Amino acid sequence: MQDNTAFTCFLPEEASTLKLGAALARVLLPGMTLFLEGDLGAGKTTLTRGILRGLGFAGRVKSPTYTLVESYALSSLYFYHFDLYRFSDPLEWEDAGLREYFNAQSLCLIEWADKAEGLLPPPDWIIRLAPEGEGRRIRIEPRSEQGTSCLEKLNKQPPI
Amino acid sequence: MLVLGIESSCDETGVALYDTEAGLLAHHLHSQIAMHAEYGGVVPELASRDHIRRVLPLTQATLDEAGRQLTDIDAIAYTAGPGLAGALLVGASVANALAFALGKPTIAVHHLEGHLLSPLLADPAPSFPFVALLVSGGHTQLMAVHGVGHYELLGETVDDAAGEAFDKSAKLLGLGYPGGPALSKLADQGDATRFKLPRPMLHSGDLEMSFSGLKTAVLNLVKEQSPLNETTTADICAAFQEAIVEVLVKKSLAALKQTGLKRLVIAGGVGANRQLRAALDDAARKRRFEVFYPPLSLCTDNGAMIAHAGAKRLAFAQAAGSFSIQPRWDLASLPAVE
Repeated sequence: MQDNTAFTCFLPEEASTLKLGAALARVLLPGMTLFLEGDLGAGKTTLTRGILRGLGFAGRVKSPTYTLVESYALSSLYFYHFDLYRFSDPLEWEDAGLREYFNAQSLCLIEWADKAEGLLPPPDWIIRLAPEGEGRRIRIEPRSEQGTSCLEKLNKQPPI
Repeated sequence: MLVLGIESSCDETGVALYDTEAGLLAHHLHSQIAMHAEYGGVVPELASRDHIRRVLPLTQATLDEAGRQLTDIDAIAYTAGPGLAGALLVGASVANALAFALGKPTIAVHHLEGHLLSPLLADPAPSFPFVALLVSGGHTQLMAVHGVGHYELLGETVDDAAGEAFDKSAKLLGLGYPGGPALSKLADQGDATRFKLPRPMLHSGDLEMSFSGLKTAVLNLVKEQSPLNETTTADICAAFQEAIVEVLVKKSLAALKQTGLKRLVIAGGVGANRQLRAALDDAARKRRFEVFYPPLSLCTDNGAMIAHAGAKRLAFAQAAGSFSIQPRWDLASLPAVE
């Protein structure tokens, strides 16, 4: 079910995930924090690649599972792609020294945010990807005022 | 010249002593030493990035094993990047503080150069030039190595590393995380012909690789075959391992062909995989090239490769005290050692 503020749509194939990612890039702003949820193989890396393509990054988008964070210096902002999959205790967030990445110039996207529950800055969006039939369903819930206004822009211009 | 090496770029804390005449004298990893005595209990997993508490006891253990004193050390090498800034800073600070106190120089080492040169610690060691396949949980790349500091990236994964695909597919198969080694073990009992998994980018015509789609293919297979019995799980493991190994072997052969080189060197954790080694050995016999592996204990991140690479870069040693780390660092930007 869709409430007034959330966004949802069906993504039949990889190309549509990439296209939606690019559409998200058009409404996202520096300083925002996004949580990206979904099981292994749900298309999280593909969506991230779509967002980065939309932000003008043409290079490789590698999984940050091993490195914990991959950073991208773009013309308009710093994009940090976190993956906390390997955490077994939220305190590892502090040990890894990742808090410093969050500031007004950076856009932070976090996979497996639940692994550092309680220690992360509150998200502006929670993005959920889930398998549906042969494709995926995406659902974006705004969790802040800024998150709501950005999502309204997306809702006004259905991307797919 | 005696070089102390300190590795702290990600999860592992490693310390080693390398002598330019006698070779590797001793090395210790946090997971290999009896930490219980030093800390009065089991080290919890959450301390996996807690290098601060580890590095000094490891240094002492390494010196003790080699029968040397701190004052015997001629230079201290440390991983300056790439890696996590916080983790790198620990190794860099300790290396510089020790070296400053001892009045010795430091050497900033690139983590991947450490891996690339680690097969030189084996006997027999390969001579330059060679093609290196660096394959681990964090990296999958093919390089042409013409000498220390002469590195040319030939191709790499465009998404997940091969080791990561192993670990995540193991998770999808209910083998825990990280379950790469468990998956390989089960694969030995499975029938690789029952299921056919894709070989991403096998025929891309270049040396790029992709392993993210393979994980999705395993996910679909698990759903289709669910609930999994033991035989089916083993058969999926076998099909998965065969797909990864085929891609790695074919791309390595293509790299040898493209460069005209006759030596292939494997580095990184996945280099310990038995089926990969068997397939490469087989190809080496048929195609008449030589293949070299680092000692098994030096496949994963370790201090020995940093001490060793530091010893190769003594010409670039700097006075201790002022240092910087490079969380992102292009291997091709390293100066060559003549």
